[in-house]
Amino acid sequence: MKTFVRYLPLLLLAIAWEATARLGLVSSLALPALSAVAGAWLELVQDKDFWLNAGASLYRASAGLFLAIVIGAILGIAMAWWRPLNILLGSIVEMFYPMPKSALIPVTALWLGFGDGSKILLIFLGCMLPVTLGAFNGARSSDRTLVWSSRSMGASRLRVLWDVVIPSAMPELLNGIRTALALSFILLVTSEQIVSRQGLGYLIGYLGANGSYDAMFAVVMTVAFLGFAADRVYQILMQRALAWRD
Amino acid sequence: MARLSDQPSARPDAAVLLDRPIGGALRAAGFVFTRGLGIIILLVVWEALARSGMFTAFLLPTFSATLERIWNDALSGELLGNLGVTLYRAVAGFAIATVLGIVLGTLMSRLGVIRWFFDPIISVGFPMPKIAFLPIVILWLGFYDVPKISMVAIEAVFPVVTATMIGIQGVERELIWSARNMGANGREVVFHVVVPAAFPQIMTGLQVALPIALIVAIVTEMLMGGYGVGGAMINASRLADSRGVFAGIVEIAVIGFFMVKGMALLRRRMLLWHQEALEPTTV
Repeated sequence: MKTFVRYLPLLLLAIAWEATARLGLVSSLALPALSAVAGAWLELVQDKDFWLNAGASLYRASAGLFLAIVIGAILGIAMAWWRPLNILLGSIVEMFYPMPKSALIPVTALWLGFGDGSKILLIFLGCMLPVTLGAFNGARSSDRTLVWSSRSMGASRLRVLWDVVIPSAMPELLNGIRTALALSFILLVTSEQIVSRQGLGYLIGYLGANGSYDAMFAVVMTVAFLGFAADRVYQILMQRALAWRD
Repeated sequence: MARLSDQPSARPDAAVLLDRPIGGALRAAGFVFTRGLGIIILLVVWEALARSGMFTAFLLPTFSATLERIWNDALSGELLGNLGVTLYRAVAGFAIATVLGIVLGTLMSRLGVIRWFFDPIISVGFPMPKIAFLPIVILWLGFYDVPKISMVAIEAVFPVVTATMIGIQGVERELIWSARNMGANGREVVFHVVVPAAFPQIMTGLQVALPIALIVAIVTEMLMGGYGVGGAMINASRLADSRGVFAGIVEIAVIGFFMVKGMALLRRRMLLWHQEALEPTTV
């Protein structure tokens, strides 16, 4: 009951949407009824093409994100661990962190063409910096006394890195990955809409150009929902992983 | 939080450096040099790689050729026009998001009904890739500036709303009570106590929203074409004009850098009264 009251506004919005379309307040071209969109979605799901496009998008996002997390985390912790690397890369990270990563879309297309490679490279480059910065800030802020006491109790430098620095970097690192996750969806959809022959973003553009707006709305809602669901699932996993903290 | 006493010399502050005229200036120059060392090396490596012949000029034009291109665009007035259009869209959307976000955030924390209605919308909408809605926005609002500015505002409003709410929730009760006690009415409490006290948090939200505004302005230009830095880059890419593409990247990197730095400076100016103003900024 409590959840129902909480999410009631969303239901009200859905009803208002259906009503506006049904009553003809706006043309069905501008706003297809929610029921029509749902119908189009059911049709889409039975189509093999939809799954091919979704698979392509999923593959690109997960490959790029995986590379970004692994390389970004290693780089961030290394920067906190070894000062020369920090001096060398610090300013580059600082310069590129605020840069809109979507600026790289044309370059990656120039380098690797219209296929999977350019999207994976784009997502990797775009998502790496939030992960790096999270890992760096987390590792740098690890408690000095913890490091010192483990050193004085005879732990080697590597041991300290593994048992003290990395665990204490975890919360910020995981937060950085969350930013990267949201970013990967944005980069994926835009790059697929701009330069692609496959993927959910491409499907949105294709359906829109063909004038089948109810199907386009269905794909847009699917992408939006996937982004939302990915974030929620990640949040739950993150809370699990950080359950040791008080 | 006793951060002030924790880090007496965490960062050589510009004011301290300028204490002694000559030595200070030299040290400031050295400071800028070490801070910018990575960038300088990156640019040198770029130039060297491009000249070494490992890559064709199509894949990687030299940095000098890219700079020349930017210079030529600047002379022809194209650069200023495109930059102006992009900045106008980003800043207009950001301004709308700022006003809307602070008003909505304040109303949501003061009025139960508004909170009930918008809370699920914000919490579901925040993590969504809202850029996917661009085709729908185009369908409704047409081309040119309006759909782009709207898209920027839609994306940028979420961090402002959540930051405002968090900030207002954190305002100390005693402040509100004493203001009330001294005879302030509801409106005065909001405008003179609650919003100013929540301002550090709101500012953080704005600092998150500004880069988002720039990103979305450029992305919408790329998706829709036309004027603007994003549109110019996508055109260059279609014409296989790689110098144009790299010129766009350099321009965008520089604008983004100055926007974020400017915002951090503004924060320090506006929040001089707040203790965290003296903290070293990370970004």
